[in-house]
Amino acid sequence: MFRLSKKGLEFVQSEMKRYETKRSAIIPALYCAQNENDGWISQDVIAHLSEVMELPASQIHEVFEFYTMFNKRPVGKNHVQVCCNISCAMNGGRELADHILKEFSVNENEVTSDGKLSVSRVECLGSCGTAPMMQVNDDYYENLTPERAVEILKDL
Amino acid sequence: MEVKLLSEHYHHDDFREISGYQKRGGYEALKMALKKKPQEIIDEVKNSGLRGRGGAGFPTGIKWGFLPKNGEPRYLLCNADEGEPGTFKDRVILERAPHQLIEGMIISAFAIGSHKSYIYIRGEYVKSRKILEKAIKEAYAQGFLGENILGSGFKHDLDVYSGAGAYICGEETALISSLEGKKGQPTLKPPFPAIEGYLQKPTIINNVESLASVTLISRIGSQAYRKYGTEKSPGTKLFSVSGNVCKPGTYEVPLGYPLMDLINVECGGLRTGRSLKAVIPGGSSAPVLTAEEAQKAFLTYESMAELKTMLGSGAVIVIDDSNCMVDLLHVLTHFYHHESCGQCTPCREGTGWLNKLCGTLMSGQGRLQDIELMDQVARNMMGRTICALSDAAAGPVISFVSKFRSEFEFFVREGRSKIKGGPHAQMHH
Repeated sequence: MFRLSKKGLEFVQSEMKRYETKRSAIIPALYCAQNENDGWISQDVIAHLSEVMELPASQIHEVFEFYTMFNKRPVGKNHVQVCCNISCAMNGGRELADHILKEFSVNENEVTSDGKLSVSRVECLGSCGTAPMMQVNDDYYENLTPERAVEILKDL
Repeated sequence: MEVKLLSEHYHHDDFREISGYQKRGGYEALKMALKKKPQEIIDEVKNSGLRGRGGAGFPTGIKWGFLPKNGEPRYLLCNADEGEPGTFKDRVILERAPHQLIEGMIISAFAIGSHKSYIYIRGEYVKSRKILEKAIKEAYAQGFLGENILGSGFKHDLDVYSGAGAYICGEETALISSLEGKKGQPTLKPPFPAIEGYLQKPTIINNVESLASVTLISRIGSQAYRKYGTEKSPGTKLFSVSGNVCKPGTYEVPLGYPLMDLINVECGGLRTGRSLKAVIPGGSSAPVLTAEEAQKAFLTYESMAELKTMLGSGAVIVIDDSNCMVDLLHVLTHFYHHESCGQCTPCREGTGWLNKLCGTLMSGQGRLQDIELMDQVARNMMGRTICALSDAAAGPVISFVSKFRSEFEFFVREGRSKIKGGPHAQMHH
Protein backbone atom coordinates (compact mmCIF):
# COMPACT_ATOMS: atom_id res chain seq x y z
CA MET A 1 0.00 0.00 0.00
CA PHE A 2 1.34 3.41 -0.99
CA ARG A 3 1.72 6.05 1.68
CA LEU A 4 3.22 9.52 1.31
CA SER A 5 6.44 10.17 3.20
CA LYS A 6 6.29 12.60 6.12
CA LYS A 7 7.73 15.30 3.89
CA GLY A 8 5.30 14.45 1.10
CA LEU A 9 2.37 14.57 3.46
CA GLU A 10 3.42 17.98 4.76
CA PHE A 11 3.74 19.22 1.20
CA VAL A 12 0.27 18.02 0.23
CA GLN A 13 -1.23 19.54 3.37
CA SER A 14 0.38 22.89 2.66
CA GLU A 15 -0.77 22.80 -0.98
CA MET A 16 -4.32 22.18 0.27
CA LYS A 17 -4.19 25.54 2.00
CA ARG A 18 -2.24 27.34 -0.73
CA TYR A 19 -5.00 27.80 -3.31
CA GLU A 20 -8.55 29.10 -3.09
CA THR A 21 -9.95 25.57 -3.21
CA LYS A 22 -8.64 22.33 -1.80
CA ARG A 23 -9.34 20.66 -5.11
CA SER A 24 -6.62 22.73 -6.80
CA ALA A 25 -4.11 20.77 -4.73
CA ILE A 26 -4.89 17.56 -6.64
CA ILE A 27 -2.36 18.21 -9.43
CA PRO A 28 0.48 19.11 -7.04
CA ALA A 29 -0.44 16.13 -4.84
CA LEU A 30 -0.34 13.76 -7.80
CA TYR A 31 3.08 15.09 -8.82
CA CYS A 32 4.38 14.57 -5.30
CA ALA A 33 2.95 11.07 -5.00
CA GLN A 34 4.25 10.13 -8.45
CA ASN A 35 7.76 11.14 -7.38
CA GLU A 36 7.48 8.96 -4.32
CA ASN A 37 6.02 6.01 -6.21
CA ASP A 38 8.77 5.32 -8.76
CA GLY A 39 7.33 7.74 -11.28
CA TRP A 40 3.79 6.48 -11.72
CA ILE A 41 0.32 6.58 -10.22
CA SER A 42 -1.28 3.32 -9.16
CA GLN A 43 -4.81 2.89 -7.87
CA ASP A 44 -3.65 2.73 -4.27
CA VAL A 45 -1.93 6.09 -4.72
CA ILE A 46 -5.32 7.55 -5.62
CA ALA A 47 -6.97 5.82 -2.67
CA HIS A 48 -4.33 7.19 -0.32
CA LEU A 49 -4.58 10.75 -1.68
CA SER A 50 -8.35 10.57 -1.41
CA GLU A 51 -8.00 9.73 2.28
CA VAL A 52 -5.33 12.33 3.00
CA MET A 53 -7.08 15.12 1.10
CA GLU A 54 -10.59 14.12 2.15
CA LEU A 55 -11.76 14.31 -1.44
CA PRO A 56 -13.70 11.67 -3.39
CA ALA A 57 -11.37 9.26 -5.19
CA SER A 58 -13.35 9.99 -8.37
CA GLN A 59 -12.20 13.62 -8.33
CA ILE A 60 -8.59 12.59 -8.05
CA HIS A 61 -9.02 9.89 -10.64
CA GLU A 62 -10.50 12.25 -13.24
CA VAL A 63 -7.48 14.54 -12.93
CA PHE A 64 -5.05 11.63 -13.02
CA GLU A 65 -6.64 10.26 -16.18
CA PHE A 66 -6.90 13.56 -18.02
CA TYR A 67 -3.27 14.69 -17.97
CA THR A 68 -0.46 12.99 -19.83
CA MET A 69 2.23 13.79 -17.27
CA PHE A 70 0.71 11.40 -14.77
CA ASN A 71 2.06 8.03 -15.76
CA LYS A 72 -0.43 5.22 -16.00
CA ARG A 73 2.22 2.52 -15.66
CA PRO A 74 5.73 2.17 -14.22
CA VAL A 75 8.48 4.18 -15.86
CA GLY A 76 12.25 3.90 -15.66
CA LYS A 77 14.43 5.80 -13.23
CA ASN A 78 15.14 7.99 -16.23
CA HIS A 79 11.97 8.59 -18.17
CA VAL A 80 12.80 9.84 -21.67
CA GLN A 81 10.26 11.76 -23.69
CA VAL A 82 11.12 12.43 -27.31
CA CYS A 83 9.12 15.09 -29.12
CA CYS A 84 7.83 13.85 -32.48
CA ASN A 85 5.62 16.80 -33.34
CA ILE A 86 6.05 18.75 -36.54
CA SER A 87 9.25 20.79 -36.12
CA CYS A 88 11.00 17.93 -34.37
CA ALA A 89 9.72 15.43 -36.95
CA MET A 90 11.20 17.62 -39.69
CA ASN A 91 14.55 17.58 -37.91
CA GLY A 92 14.86 13.90 -37.08
CA GLY A 93 12.86 13.57 -33.85
CA ARG A 94 11.22 10.34 -34.91
CA GLU A 95 14.51 8.81 -35.96
CA LEU A 96 15.93 9.94 -32.63
CA ALA A 97 13.20 8.06 -30.76
CA ASP A 98 13.75 4.95 -32.90
CA HIS A 99 17.49 5.07 -32.32
CA ILE A 100 17.18 5.33 -28.54
CA LEU A 101 14.66 2.48 -28.40
CA LYS A 102 16.93 0.30 -30.49
CA GLU A 103 20.10 1.20 -28.64
CA PHE A 104 18.59 0.31 -25.26
CA SER A 105 16.63 -2.66 -26.63
CA VAL A 106 13.35 -1.52 -25.19
CA ASN A 107 9.85 -1.01 -26.57
CA GLU A 108 8.09 2.31 -26.33
CA ASN A 109 6.41 2.83 -22.92
CA GLU A 110 8.17 -0.17 -21.40
CA VAL A 111 11.03 -0.19 -18.92
CA THR A 112 14.49 -1.67 -19.50
CA SER A 113 15.15 -4.83 -17.48
CA ASP A 114 17.49 -2.94 -15.13
CA GLY A 115 14.69 -0.46 -14.42
CA LYS A 116 16.81 2.46 -15.49
CA LEU A 117 15.13 3.70 -18.64
CA SER A 118 11.80 4.11 -20.36
CA VAL A 119 11.04 5.98 -23.56
CA SER A 120 7.90 7.65 -24.90
CA ARG A 121 7.20 9.59 -28.04
CA VAL A 122 5.38 12.76 -27.06
CA GLU A 123 3.76 15.87 -28.50
CA CYS A 124 5.27 19.38 -28.67
CA LEU A 125 7.38 20.36 -25.67
CA GLY A 126 7.98 23.97 -26.77
CA SER A 127 11.51 23.39 -27.94
CA CYS A 128 10.88 23.62 -31.69
CA GLY A 129 13.77 25.98 -32.43
CA THR A 130 16.24 23.54 -30.94
CA ALA A 131 14.90 20.37 -32.56
CA PRO A 132 15.30 17.49 -32.17
CA MET A 133 15.08 17.26 -28.42
CA MET A 134 14.24 15.00 -25.53
CA GLN A 135 13.11 15.54 -21.98
CA VAL A 136 14.64 13.26 -19.35
CA ASN A 137 12.63 13.52 -16.13
CA ASP A 138 12.57 17.32 -15.59
CA ASP A 139 15.41 18.31 -17.90
CA TYR A 140 15.44 19.32 -21.57
CA TYR A 141 18.25 18.22 -23.90
CA GLU A 142 18.19 20.10 -27.19
CA ASN A 143 19.84 20.17 -30.64
CA LEU A 144 20.49 16.43 -30.40
CA THR A 145 21.92 13.87 -32.74
CA PRO A 146 20.98 10.22 -32.12
CA GLU A 147 24.56 9.49 -31.02
CA ARG A 148 24.70 12.43 -28.63
CA ALA A 149 21.36 11.44 -27.08
CA VAL A 150 22.55 7.91 -26.39
CA GLU A 151 25.77 9.26 -24.89
CA ILE A 152 23.78 11.51 -22.56
CA LEU A 153 21.50 8.68 -21.51
CA LYS A 154 24.41 6.32 -20.85
CA ASP A 155 26.08 8.94 -18.65
CA LEU A 156 23.03 9.52 -16.46
CA MET B 1 15.21 44.02 -39.31
CA GLU B 2 14.88 42.99 -35.74
CA VAL B 3 13.59 45.69 -33.39
CA LYS B 4 14.18 44.69 -29.82
CA LEU B 5 11.74 46.64 -27.69
CA LEU B 6 10.48 43.82 -25.52
CA SER B 7 13.60 41.70 -25.79
CA GLU B 8 16.16 44.52 -25.57
CA HIS B 9 17.93 43.01 -22.56
CA TYR B 10 17.16 39.32 -22.99
CA HIS B 11 20.77 38.54 -23.84
CA HIS B 12 21.96 39.65 -20.39
CA ASP B 13 22.04 36.63 -18.09
CA ASP B 14 21.43 38.76 -15.01
CA PHE B 15 18.23 40.26 -16.50
CA ARG B 16 16.35 37.37 -14.92
CA GLU B 17 17.47 38.50 -11.48
CA ILE B 18 15.84 41.46 -9.80
CA SER B 19 19.13 43.39 -9.45
CA GLY B 20 19.94 43.00 -13.15
CA TYR B 21 16.35 43.84 -14.06
CA GLN B 22 16.23 46.99 -11.92
CA LYS B 23 19.64 48.07 -13.14
CA ARG B 24 18.04 48.35 -16.58
CA GLY B 25 14.99 50.30 -15.52
CA GLY B 26 12.92 47.41 -14.23
CA TYR B 27 9.93 48.18 -11.96
CA GLU B 28 10.10 51.90 -12.85
CA ALA B 29 6.97 51.45 -14.98
CA LEU B 30 5.21 49.95 -11.96
CA LYS B 31 6.17 52.90 -9.78
CA MET B 32 4.73 55.27 -12.37
CA ALA B 33 1.61 53.17 -12.88
CA LEU B 34 0.73 53.06 -9.20
CA LYS B 35 0.51 56.87 -9.21
CA LYS B 36 -2.05 56.82 -12.01
CA LYS B 37 -5.75 56.07 -12.01
CA PRO B 38 -6.46 52.46 -13.06
CA GLN B 39 -8.61 53.72 -15.94
CA GLU B 40 -5.65 55.67 -17.34
CA ILE B 41 -3.66 52.43 -17.59
CA ILE B 42 -6.54 50.63 -19.25
CA ASP B 43 -6.86 53.52 -21.73
CA GLU B 44 -3.13 53.44 -22.43
CA VAL B 45 -3.25 49.72 -23.21
CA LYS B 46 -6.38 50.25 -25.33
CA ASN B 47 -4.68 53.08 -27.21
CA SER B 48 -1.60 50.97 -27.82
CA GLY B 49 -3.78 48.58 -29.80
CA LEU B 50 -1.95 45.61 -28.22
CA ARG B 51 -3.56 42.39 -29.42
CA GLY B 52 -3.46 39.16 -27.46
CA ARG B 53 -0.22 37.38 -28.23
CA GLY B 54 -1.41 33.88 -27.36
CA GLY B 55 -3.03 33.24 -30.70
CA ALA B 56 -6.49 34.76 -30.93
CA GLY B 57 -5.22 38.33 -31.33
CA PHE B 58 -8.07 39.91 -29.37
CA PRO B 59 -7.25 43.46 -28.20
CA THR B 60 -6.03 43.26 -24.60
CA GLY B 61 -7.43 46.59 -23.41
CA ILE B 62 -10.87 45.80 -24.82
CA LYS B 63 -10.84 42.43 -23.08
CA TRP B 64 -10.17 44.20 -19.78
CA GLY B 65 -13.10 46.52 -20.52
CA PHE B 66 -15.54 43.57 -20.35
CA LEU B 67 -15.08 43.27 -16.59
CA PRO B 68 -18.06 44.36 -14.51
CA LYS B 69 -17.59 47.75 -12.89
CA ASN B 70 -19.08 46.74 -9.54
CA GLY B 71 -15.90 46.14 -7.56
CA GLU B 72 -16.61 42.43 -7.23
CA PRO B 73 -13.42 40.38 -6.51
CA ARG B 74 -11.70 39.43 -9.75
CA TYR B 75 -8.74 37.35 -10.83
CA LEU B 76 -5.95 37.84 -13.30
CA LEU B 77 -4.57 34.67 -14.86
CA CYS B 78 -1.47 34.52 -17.00
CA ASN B 79 -1.63 31.85 -19.66
CA ALA B 80 1.82 30.26 -19.76
CA ASP B 81 0.50 26.95 -21.06
CA GLU B 82 2.49 27.35 -24.24
CA GLY B 83 1.72 24.28 -26.30
CA GLU B 84 0.82 25.21 -29.86
CA PRO B 85 3.29 23.19 -31.95
CA GLY B 86 5.96 25.55 -33.26
CA THR B 87 5.64 27.99 -30.37
CA PHE B 88 8.45 28.59 -27.88
CA LYS B 89 8.58 32.36 -27.43
CA ASP B 90 6.84 32.48 -24.04
CA ARG B 91 9.48 30.15 -22.66
CA VAL B 92 12.08 32.76 -23.64
CA ILE B 93 10.24 35.42 -21.62
CA LEU B 94 9.72 33.10 -18.65
CA GLU B 95 13.37 32.09 -18.53
CA ARG B 96 15.09 35.32 -19.56
CA ALA B 97 12.75 38.03 -18.32
CA PRO B 98 10.51 36.74 -15.54
CA HIS B 99 10.40 40.15 -13.87
CA GLN B 100 9.12 41.80 -17.04
CA LEU B 101 6.16 39.42 -16.88
CA ILE B 102 5.68 39.91 -13.13
CA GLU B 103 5.83 43.70 -13.46
CA GLY B 104 3.31 43.59 -16.31
CA MET B 105 1.02 41.44 -14.20
CA ILE B 106 1.14 43.80 -11.22
CA ILE B 107 0.42 46.79 -13.47
CA SER B 108 -2.42 44.91 -15.17
CA ALA B 109 -3.81 43.74 -11.84
CA PHE B 110 -3.76 47.32 -10.54
CA ALA B 111 -5.54 48.49 -13.71
CA ILE B 112 -8.35 45.94 -13.40
CA GLY B 113 -8.51 45.97 -9.60
CA SER B 114 -7.43 42.40 -8.94
CA HIS B 115 -5.78 41.30 -5.73
CA LYS B 116 -4.86 37.78 -6.77
CA SER B 117 -3.27 36.37 -9.87
CA TYR B 118 -1.87 33.07 -11.03
CA ILE B 119 0.60 32.15 -13.71
CA TYR B 120 -0.65 28.88 -15.15
CA ILE B 121 2.44 27.26 -16.61
CA ARG B 122 2.62 24.03 -18.58
CA GLY B 123 3.85 21.12 -16.48
CA GLU B 124 6.85 20.35 -18.68
CA TYR B 125 8.35 23.83 -18.09
CA VAL B 126 9.97 22.80 -14.81
CA LYS B 127 13.04 24.97 -15.33
CA SER B 128 10.93 28.01 -16.28
CA ARG B 129 8.82 27.50 -13.18
CA LYS B 130 11.85 27.46 -10.91
CA ILE B 131 13.16 30.70 -12.43
CA LEU B 132 9.71 32.25 -12.10
CA GLU B 133 9.29 31.19 -8.47
CA LYS B 134 12.65 32.69 -7.57
CA ALA B 135 11.70 35.93 -9.31
CA ILE B 136 8.35 36.09 -7.49
CA LYS B 137 10.14 35.67 -4.17
CA GLU B 138 12.49 38.52 -5.08
CA ALA B 139 9.54 40.74 -6.04
CA TYR B 140 7.86 40.07 -2.67
CA ALA B 141 11.11 40.84 -0.84
CA GLN B 142 11.36 44.20 -2.60
CA GLY B 143 7.76 45.12 -1.76
CA PHE B 144 6.48 44.87 -5.35
CA LEU B 145 4.03 42.17 -4.31
CA GLY B 146 2.01 41.68 -1.14
CA GLU B 147 0.32 44.28 1.08
CA ASN B 148 0.45 48.01 0.35
CA ILE B 149 2.75 47.82 -2.69
CA LEU B 150 5.27 50.70 -2.61
CA GLY B 151 3.04 52.57 -0.20
CA SER B 152 0.22 52.84 -2.74
CA GLY B 153 -2.32 50.99 -0.63
CA PHE B 154 -2.70 48.46 -3.45
CA LYS B 155 -2.43 44.81 -2.43
CA HIS B 156 -1.64 41.97 -4.78
CA ASP B 157 -0.62 38.34 -4.43
CA LEU B 158 0.82 36.28 -7.26
CA ASP B 159 1.35 32.54 -7.39
CA VAL B 160 2.34 29.91 -9.96
CA TYR B 161 0.34 26.83 -10.84
CA SER B 162 1.62 23.97 -12.99
CA GLY B 163 -0.50 22.10 -15.47
CA ALA B 164 0.22 18.47 -16.16
CA GLY B 165 0.38 17.94 -19.89
CA ALA B 166 -2.73 18.89 -21.85
CA TYR B 167 -2.67 21.16 -24.91
CA ILE B 168 -6.32 22.04 -24.37
CA CYS B 169 -5.52 23.86 -21.11
CA GLY B 170 -4.23 26.76 -23.20
CA GLU B 171 -7.89 27.42 -24.06
CA GLU B 172 -8.99 29.91 -21.45
CA THR B 173 -12.04 28.17 -20.04
CA ALA B 174 -10.12 24.87 -19.93
CA LEU B 175 -7.31 26.64 -18.12
CA ILE B 176 -9.84 27.78 -15.52
CA SER B 177 -11.23 24.24 -15.10
CA SER B 178 -7.69 22.93 -14.68
CA LEU B 179 -6.76 25.59 -12.13
CA GLU B 180 -9.90 24.70 -10.18
CA GLY B 181 -8.58 21.16 -9.87
CA LYS B 182 -10.85 19.57 -12.45
CA LYS B 183 -10.28 17.94 -15.82
CA GLY B 184 -9.09 20.64 -18.19
CA GLN B 185 -12.24 20.72 -20.28
CA PRO B 186 -13.49 23.94 -21.90
CA THR B 187 -16.88 25.32 -20.95
CA LEU B 188 -19.47 27.09 -23.09
CA LYS B 189 -19.14 30.81 -23.71
CA PRO B 190 -21.10 32.84 -22.71
CA PRO B 191 -20.65 33.35 -19.87
CA PHE B 192 -17.24 34.77 -20.81
CA PRO B 193 -14.53 34.55 -18.15
CA ALA B 194 -14.57 38.35 -17.73
CA ILE B 195 -18.08 37.96 -16.30
CA GLU B 196 -17.89 34.49 -14.78
CA GLY B 197 -14.50 32.78 -14.73
CA TYR B 198 -12.26 31.26 -12.08
CA LEU B 199 -14.47 30.18 -9.14
CA GLN B 200 -17.36 31.92 -10.94
CA LYS B 201 -15.68 35.29 -10.38
CA PRO B 202 -14.78 37.80 -13.11
CA THR B 203 -11.48 36.72 -14.59
CA ILE B 204 -9.04 38.08 -17.13
CA ILE B 205 -6.71 35.65 -18.88
CA ASN B 206 -3.80 37.07 -20.83
CA ASN B 207 -0.85 35.45 -22.55
CA VAL B 208 2.72 35.78 -21.20
CA GLU B 209 3.89 37.99 -24.05
CA SER B 210 0.79 40.22 -23.81
CA LEU B 211 1.43 40.84 -20.11
CA ALA B 212 5.14 41.43 -20.64
CA SER B 213 4.14 43.93 -23.35
CA VAL B 214 2.04 45.81 -20.78
CA THR B 215 5.30 46.57 -18.95
CA LEU B 216 6.81 47.88 -22.18
CA ILE B 217 3.76 49.98 -23.08
CA SER B 218 3.56 51.41 -19.56
CA ARG B 219 7.21 52.38 -19.81
CA ILE B 220 7.34 53.95 -23.28
CA GLY B 221 3.69 54.90 -23.77
CA SER B 222 1.19 53.85 -26.39
CA GLN B 223 2.33 56.42 -28.95
CA ALA B 224 5.92 55.22 -28.97
CA TYR B 225 4.66 51.64 -29.17
CA ARG B 226 2.50 52.50 -32.15
CA LYS B 227 5.49 53.84 -34.06
CA TYR B 228 6.03 50.21 -34.94
CA GLY B 229 3.62 47.92 -36.69
CA THR B 230 0.54 48.79 -38.69
CA GLU B 231 -2.75 50.49 -37.85
CA LYS B 232 -4.50 47.19 -37.15
CA SER B 233 -1.44 45.34 -35.83
CA PRO B 234 0.55 47.81 -33.75
CA GLY B 235 3.87 47.19 -32.07
CA THR B 236 6.45 44.47 -32.26
CA LYS B 237 6.00 40.76 -31.65
CA LEU B 238 8.15 37.76 -30.82
CA PHE B 239 8.18 35.13 -33.54
CA SER B 240 9.27 31.54 -32.95
CA VAL B 241 10.76 30.22 -36.15
CA SER B 242 11.41 26.51 -36.57
CA GLY B 243 11.62 23.84 -39.22
CA ASN B 244 14.00 24.01 -42.16
CA VAL B 245 15.84 27.29 -41.65
CA CYS B 246 19.52 27.80 -40.96
CA LYS B 247 19.00 29.81 -37.78
CA PRO B 248 15.80 28.84 -36.03
CA GLY B 249 14.95 30.79 -32.89
CA THR B 250 12.92 33.60 -31.37
CA TYR B 251 13.05 36.96 -33.13
CA GLU B 252 11.34 40.24 -32.31
CA VAL B 253 10.28 42.19 -35.37
CA PRO B 254 7.76 44.98 -35.97
CA LEU B 255 4.39 43.71 -37.12
CA GLY B 256 4.05 44.38 -40.83
CA TYR B 257 7.47 42.88 -41.55
CA PRO B 258 7.51 40.62 -44.62
CA LEU B 259 7.34 36.94 -43.75
CA MET B 260 10.06 36.11 -46.27
CA ASP B 261 12.44 38.66 -44.75
CA LEU B 262 12.05 36.98 -41.38
CA ILE B 263 12.92 33.67 -43.01
CA ASN B 264 15.75 34.90 -45.23
CA VAL B 265 17.30 37.72 -43.23
CA GLU B 266 16.84 36.85 -39.56
CA CYS B 267 16.83 33.10 -39.95
CA GLY B 268 19.51 32.85 -42.62
CA GLY B 269 17.23 31.26 -45.20
CA LEU B 270 16.99 27.61 -46.09
CA ARG B 271 19.81 25.10 -46.26
CA THR B 272 21.90 25.09 -49.42
CA GLY B 273 20.23 23.33 -52.30
CA ARG B 274 16.78 23.38 -50.76
CA SER B 275 13.81 25.38 -51.92
CA LEU B 276 10.79 26.55 -50.01
CA LYS B 277 7.69 24.43 -50.26
CA ALA B 278 5.35 25.77 -47.60
CA VAL B 279 5.08 27.85 -44.43
CA ILE B 280 2.76 27.41 -41.48
CA PRO B 281 2.69 31.02 -40.30
CA GLY B 282 1.05 30.95 -36.87
CA GLY B 283 1.43 27.61 -35.13
CA SER B 284 0.17 24.21 -36.24
CA SER B 285 -3.48 25.29 -36.20
CA ALA B 286 -2.91 27.95 -38.85
CA PRO B 287 -3.73 26.85 -42.40
CA VAL B 288 -0.56 26.27 -44.42
CA LEU B 289 0.69 28.74 -47.05
CA THR B 290 2.32 27.65 -50.30
CA ALA B 291 5.75 29.09 -51.13
CA GLU B 292 4.06 31.44 -53.58
CA GLU B 293 1.58 32.71 -50.99
CA ALA B 294 4.38 33.12 -48.46
CA GLN B 295 6.06 35.66 -50.80
CA LYS B 296 3.00 37.90 -50.43
CA ALA B 297 2.58 37.52 -46.70
CA PHE B 298 3.26 40.20 -44.11
CA LEU B 299 3.44 39.53 -40.40
CA THR B 300 0.15 41.18 -39.47
CA TYR B 301 -3.18 39.84 -38.32
CA GLU B 302 -4.83 41.39 -41.39
CA SER B 303 -2.38 40.11 -44.02
CA MET B 304 -2.68 36.58 -42.68
CA ALA B 305 -6.49 36.85 -42.62
CA GLU B 306 -6.43 37.94 -46.27
CA LEU B 307 -4.46 34.79 -47.07
CA LYS B 308 -7.10 32.81 -45.11
CA THR B 309 -4.70 31.84 -42.36
CA MET B 310 -3.67 33.25 -38.99
CA LEU B 311 -0.80 35.07 -37.35
CA GLY B 312 -1.74 33.02 -34.28
CA SER B 313 0.99 32.75 -31.68
CA GLY B 314 3.65 33.88 -34.16
CA ALA B 315 5.03 30.39 -34.62
CA VAL B 316 6.46 30.20 -38.12
CA ILE B 317 7.16 26.66 -39.29
CA VAL B 318 9.25 26.66 -42.46
CA ILE B 319 8.93 23.61 -44.70
CA ASP B 320 11.40 22.90 -47.50
CA ASP B 321 11.07 20.59 -50.50
CA SER B 322 12.53 17.57 -48.69
CA ASN B 323 9.29 17.11 -46.76
CA CYS B 324 6.30 14.98 -47.66
CA MET B 325 3.11 16.91 -46.93
CA VAL B 326 1.10 13.72 -46.34
CA ASP B 327 3.60 12.70 -43.70
CA LEU B 328 3.57 16.13 -42.00
CA LEU B 329 -0.22 16.26 -42.01
CA HIS B 330 -0.28 12.85 -40.36
CA VAL B 331 1.94 14.21 -37.58
CA LEU B 332 -0.61 16.98 -37.06
CA THR B 333 -3.72 14.78 -37.23
CA HIS B 334 -2.10 12.52 -34.64
CA PHE B 335 -1.52 15.52 -32.40
CA TYR B 336 -5.09 16.84 -32.53
CA HIS B 337 -6.54 13.38 -32.03
CA HIS B 338 -4.33 12.96 -28.96
CA GLU B 339 -5.25 16.38 -27.57
CA SER B 340 -9.01 16.45 -28.17
CA CYS B 341 -10.60 16.53 -24.72
CA GLY B 342 -13.41 14.30 -25.94
CA GLN B 343 -16.37 16.39 -24.81
CA CYS B 344 -17.82 17.27 -28.21
CA THR B 345 -18.65 14.54 -30.69
CA PRO B 346 -17.54 16.35 -33.88
CA CYS B 347 -14.08 16.91 -32.39
CA ARG B 348 -13.64 13.60 -30.56
CA GLU B 349 -14.78 11.52 -33.54
CA GLY B 350 -13.58 13.90 -36.23
CA THR B 351 -9.98 14.10 -35.05
CA GLY B 352 -9.95 10.31 -34.77
CA TRP B 353 -11.26 9.89 -38.31
CA LEU B 354 -8.85 12.41 -39.75
CA ASN B 355 -5.93 10.66 -38.14
CA LYS B 356 -7.16 7.27 -39.25
CA LEU B 357 -7.73 8.42 -42.83
CA CYS B 358 -4.35 10.07 -43.04
CA GLY B 359 -2.79 6.92 -41.60
CA THR B 360 -4.57 4.84 -44.22
CA LEU B 361 -3.07 7.00 -46.96
CA MET B 362 0.35 6.61 -45.36
CA SER B 363 -0.10 2.83 -45.22
CA GLY B 364 -0.61 2.70 -48.97
CA GLN B 365 -4.15 1.37 -48.53
CA GLY B 366 -5.85 4.69 -49.24
CA ARG B 367 -8.35 5.33 -52.00
CA LEU B 368 -8.78 8.57 -53.92
CA GLN B 369 -12.17 9.13 -52.29
CA ASP B 370 -10.47 9.05 -48.88
CA ILE B 371 -8.84 12.36 -49.75
CA GLU B 372 -12.29 13.79 -50.42
CA LEU B 373 -13.58 12.24 -47.24
CA MET B 374 -10.85 13.89 -45.17
CA ASP B 375 -11.84 17.25 -46.56
CA GLN B 376 -15.52 16.58 -45.83
CA VAL B 377 -14.92 15.35 -42.30
CA ALA B 378 -12.78 18.42 -41.60
CA ARG B 379 -15.45 20.80 -42.91
CA ASN B 380 -18.08 19.13 -40.76
CA MET B 381 -15.96 19.71 -37.65
CA MET B 382 -15.95 23.47 -38.00
CA GLY B 383 -18.08 25.76 -35.86
CA ARG B 384 -19.88 22.93 -34.08
CA THR B 385 -18.05 22.55 -30.81
CA ILE B 386 -17.53 24.23 -27.43
CA CYS B 387 -14.01 25.41 -28.15
CA ALA B 388 -11.74 26.08 -31.11
CA LEU B 389 -9.70 22.86 -31.04
CA SER B 390 -11.98 21.20 -33.55
CA ASP B 391 -11.59 24.07 -36.01
CA ALA B 392 -7.86 24.11 -35.30
CA ALA B 393 -7.64 20.45 -36.28
CA ALA B 394 -9.70 20.96 -39.42
CA GLY B 395 -7.78 23.98 -40.76
CA PRO B 396 -4.52 22.19 -41.50
CA VAL B 397 -6.33 19.27 -43.14
CA ILE B 398 -8.36 21.42 -45.50
CA SER B 399 -5.37 23.55 -46.46
CA PHE B 400 -2.87 20.68 -46.85
CA VAL B 401 -5.27 18.63 -48.95
CA SER B 402 -6.35 21.47 -51.21
CA LYS B 403 -2.93 23.06 -51.71
CA PHE B 404 -0.83 19.91 -51.99
CA ARG B 405 -3.41 17.58 -53.49
CA SER B 406 -1.01 16.01 -55.97
CA GLU B 407 1.11 14.64 -53.13
CA PHE B 408 -1.92 12.99 -51.56
CA GLU B 409 -3.04 11.53 -54.88
CA PHE B 410 0.46 10.27 -55.61
CA PHE B 411 0.51 8.41 -52.31
CA VAL B 412 -2.77 6.69 -53.21
CA ARG B 413 -1.66 5.73 -56.72
CA GLU B 414 1.93 4.70 -55.98
CA GLY B 415 1.77 3.67 -52.33
CA ARG B 416 4.72 5.88 -51.55
CA SER B 417 5.62 9.49 -51.12
CA LYS B 418 6.05 11.77 -54.10
CA ILE B 419 9.11 13.09 -52.32
CA LYS B 420 12.41 11.42 -53.05
CA GLY B 421 13.62 9.81 -49.86
CA GLY B 422 10.21 10.46 -48.29
CA PRO B 423 8.28 7.83 -46.39
CA HIS B 424 7.22 4.62 -48.06
CA ALA B 425 3.93 3.01 -47.26
CA GLN B 426 4.27 2.03 -43.63
CA MET B 427 2.68 2.60 -40.32
CA HIS B 428 4.31 5.22 -38.22
CA HIS B 429 3.43 6.46 -34.75
